[in-house]
Amino acid sequence: MSTKPHIDIDYVANLARIELSDDEKAKLGGQLDDILGYFEKLNAVDVDGVEPMAHAQAVYNVWREGDEAGETYAPEVLKKMAPEFRDGQVVVPKVVE
Amino acid sequence: MSELHFKTITELSASLEAGEQTSVELTQAIIDRTASVDGKVKAFISYDAEDALAQAKTSDERRAAGKALGPLDGIPIGIKDVLTVKDQPVRCASKMLENYISPFDATCIAKLREAGAIIWGRLNMDEFAMGSSTENSAYQTTANPWDLETIPGGSSGGSAAALAAGEAIATLGTDTGGSIRQPAALCGVVGMKPTYGLVSRYGLVAFASSLDQVGPFARTVEDAAILMEAMLGKDDLDSTSIEPQGETNYAAALKEKKGPWKLGVPQEFFGEGIDPEVKASIEKAIDWYKSQGCEIVDISLPHSDLAVPVYYIVATAEASSNLARFDGVRYSHRSKDVNDALTLFTKSRGEGFGDEVKRRIILGTYVLSSGYYDAYYLRAQKVRRLILGDFEKAFDQVDAILTPTSPTPAFKRGERSDDPLAMYLSDIYTISVNLAGLPAISVPSGFTESGLPIGLQVIGKAFGEADMFAVAHAFEQAHDYHRQTPNL
Amino acid sequence: MDYDVVIGLEIHVQIKTRTKMFTAAPYSYGAEPNTLIDPVVLGLPGTLPVLNHEAIEKCTSLGLMLGCEIAEVCKWDRKNYFYPDSPKNYQLTQNEQPLCIGGEIEIELADAARNAAGEHRWVKLNRIHLEEDPGKLTHESFDTLIDFNRAGVPLAEIVTEPDMSSSAEAVAFLNALRNLIIYAGISDCDMEKGQLRCDANVSLKPKGSETLGTRTEMKNLNSISNVKAAIEYEIERQADILDEGGEVTQETRRWDVDQGCSFSLRSKEEAHDYRYFPDPDLMPVQMDRTRVDELKSTLPERPFDKQRRFEADFGLPYTVTTVLCPNRELSEFFEAALETHNAPKLIANYVANDLLRELADAAAHGEQDLDVSESKLTPAHIGTLAKIIEDGTISKQIAKEVFTDMFATGEMPDAIVEKKGLKQSNDSEEIEALCRDAIAGNPKAVGQYKDGNEKAINALKGPVMKATKGKANPAMLDQLLKKLIDEG
Ligand SMILES: [Mg+2]
Ligand SMILES: [Zn+2]
Repeated sequence: MSTKPHIDIDYVANLARIELSDDEKAKLGGQLDDILGYFEKLNAVDVDGVEPMAHAQAVYNVWREGDEAGETYAPEVLKKMAPEFRDGQVVVPKVVE
Repeated sequence: MSELHFKTITELSASLEAGEQTSVELTQAIIDRTASVDGKVKAFISYDAEDALAQAKTSDERRAAGKALGPLDGIPIGIKDVLTVKDQPVRCASKMLENYISPFDATCIAKLREAGAIIWGRLNMDEFAMGSSTENSAYQTTANPWDLETIPGGSSGGSAAALAAGEAIATLGTDTGGSIRQPAALCGVVGMKPTYGLVSRYGLVAFASSLDQVGPFARTVEDAAILMEAMLGKDDLDSTSIEPQGETNYAAALKEKKGPWKLGVPQEFFGEGIDPEVKASIEKAIDWYKSQGCEIVDISLPHSDLAVPVYYIVATAEASSNLARFDGVRYSHRSKDVNDALTLFTKSRGEGFGDEVKRRIILGTYVLSSGYYDAYYLRAQKVRRLILGDFEKAFDQVDAILTPTSPTPAFKRGERSDDPLAMYLSDIYTISVNLAGLPAISVPSGFTESGLPIGLQVIGKAFGEADMFAVAHAFEQAHDYHRQTPNL
Repeated sequence: MDYDVVIGLEIHVQIKTRTKMFTAAPYSYGAEPNTLIDPVVLGLPGTLPVLNHEAIEKCTSLGLMLGCEIAEVCKWDRKNYFYPDSPKNYQLTQNEQPLCIGGEIEIELADAARNAAGEHRWVKLNRIHLEEDPGKLTHESFDTLIDFNRAGVPLAEIVTEPDMSSSAEAVAFLNALRNLIIYAGISDCDMEKGQLRCDANVSLKPKGSETLGTRTEMKNLNSISNVKAAIEYEIERQADILDEGGEVTQETRRWDVDQGCSFSLRSKEEAHDYRYFPDPDLMPVQMDRTRVDELKSTLPERPFDKQRRFEADFGLPYTVTTVLCPNRELSEFFEAALETHNAPKLIANYVANDLLRELADAAAHGEQDLDVSESKLTPAHIGTLAKIIEDGTISKQIAKEVFTDMFATGEMPDAIVEKKGLKQSNDSEEIEALCRDAIAGNPKAVGQYKDGNEKAINALKGPVMKATKGKANPAMLDQLLKKLIDEG
């Protein structure tokens, strides 16, 4: 990250599945590059041998015992919230692979 | 402070018990107050008066039958729009969830119901809790009741403003990088962020899962303690929630724990960027503690200046994944002009999310993307541990740490909207606490010349809430800042 | 030009738990759409995953069955990609630290001569990790329907090393793997029900070359015959490209069953950037070694080990063991029968031939499923049958009738023999009388016998057997006739 960091906004926006207008891309791109520049601070610290911290608490083996079936929703619950629903299923425009 | 809507939970639970008024009367008073002032404050996205009054009626009947449930029974508590309430909307101040009704209660809401509280309204916030001014709401901009031209802070700005304006007796917020403490400071109320894992996150619409916590806004430290006692505890629905350790009868403990304490003051928190009036107010507070026989220890949190970059990498990375479920398929906003599944995603998300949310999702996606993961995300996770280490060292020497909550008082609306980085720096004193998973509280510590509130942050050890509350309570009770109310 | 074929497989197996991987919603195949859903399955705002311990237990057993090393600690990662069947648009999986590491399984290559053992070899595994199944899409002419019943079902993803070199090896691997999984009770591996799904990675390199060629990944192989066909097609396709001096592009291809060919889904360039990162909602799992040893000690004997034992200890032929051993129930039924009467060869034949034949008819007539456990026969039935054959109570001839009878009624063979009076007659007086009649009644046959035609005597047995309804002891009858003719 020696050279000034730069986001390939089209690539990342596509990964994030967010449509951006050209204006948005221009504005966001600039702001994000500044923010990434500010992040450069992090390169100053030596993190060799430091264990990455993914959780605020170091706890293990949290799970549900017994494998007993719990309550389920009727399809109507999903129907009520879904933008489009047919034959007990959520409908989306055709998925083209 | 005679009006009902400015009374505390402790005062009101006593008068409800004494039969001086009913919960229906109290709830109606809150509804009336909201109707009269919320046009200016704009703290509520929506509220359901009938539903609140129905809950109040049940509470009164319970009390009449001699089955009152404790200090919260019949007390109207305002709810940030990021916590799910059964059969109520939870929009997260976003267009994305405009028409979504939650089919279930958040665990903290269920626990408040068990304590008899009245679940009251949907409070405005920055969209998906991303922001420090509540200007990133898709619905409205909330004003700071102390100066309607200024922002209330954020992201829980609605919760802070509503309480300050007397539109609720207490409120709930969520705190990922300061989203409870900073608005509490800017609105002159108490705001508390618990040890990570103490309150269940089930029903909290996730922004950054490893940082988010639910916490109370209240008029006094004691009220905050009462709310925490009702909400804490391990939850089978949240694998990150933990069985509380140590003293948890916080309110009772306030009476016993009188200090003197060893209090740490990190010089890193008084450097550049701090407003002189804020600096003066906090130093005055520190002097007061000294005058009470507390030992003030100069401590160092050497990695403090890295907290903001670490936070904005970890939080946005988690957010980019947490917010992927808002895709227009099952319950969120679906774009009208789509002809295939891919455009369904991109257009629905392009239309449904606001600028700041898009900014953070893009940033978080980038720091996780191939080729950048190690340089940004992994490195941030390591520095996060160094920041935790700083606190652990400090707490070997002290019982609690004193800092300003926010480097500045409330700023003018729009002042930082176009400068995200400047906005991110408003959380410079609160963020490291979330990264370390520690508890912290903001208590009113004075006012600026122009009458804007200032907040003192007390940071406690992990699960050291009882001591943290006691330290804050001692200062609060010796001053009357918390009794001040804005005139609207 | 000649090529070495390099094949690796990724197999997804649905683990047979009652409830889902990260929530208590039940799963069963073929339920009405969207009836096996809850807030977590749908990825509703505010929901969190909680691990189902049974999935860990079963996957550990699977790993031990396949000779894997069980990790000290395994962790959960998010695999981020958008697809309408994925409620959260990320899949909870194990990328960095899977539950099972390495492993290898024994396979048998089908011999040209079906009745002889094929070559055995071991195929190396890379890992087995746990993850959640997505929902099911149904593509209609204008849109796509989504059923979330399957979403969240625990999957074990078994990843092999690129350690196979022909479609035949791949098929042999899948058969061996299915047997092991079913033996261990992890899954029924019904590919029609999607309980076992296979992706195949294929690459070619010039014969003897060390460096691997560019590989393609074949998806959607939902039957063993599809796997075979798809791999053979792909070997052809890549060979043609390379023969013409072309380059194979790394891509994912979909096998089209109807057209019997595969087509490109996406090439490396547009390949997913999954942005894996540790899931902040789930805690790591620290494997309890004593529990792992417990599970190891309760594993069943592996099919090929059993086959070797049956051949060594009981002297059974391959044609029989290859029928008995791949089927745990059948082989255990066989061994149980030995406890009633120790006649391995005889009993093995009744189990491998008669029993399976009767089961097959029954299935054909739709009377019952082709399943030992559902037939009326117990091991004791067949053990007893063997016993009364060997002690001369009945002849093998009669045994056939008895078998059909006991299969239909479930009555014990000795009871049937009693009831129907099928007991073999050893009454020499009676038989001698009948023999004399037979000799008197057929001088021609007697003459031929005397002229040295041994076989002619059979003509005399017929009437005696007829008269005794086949119950005459054949050996005794033979002696008697010869004796009488010689005397006469
Ligand atoms: Mg895979
Ligand atoms: Zn997989």
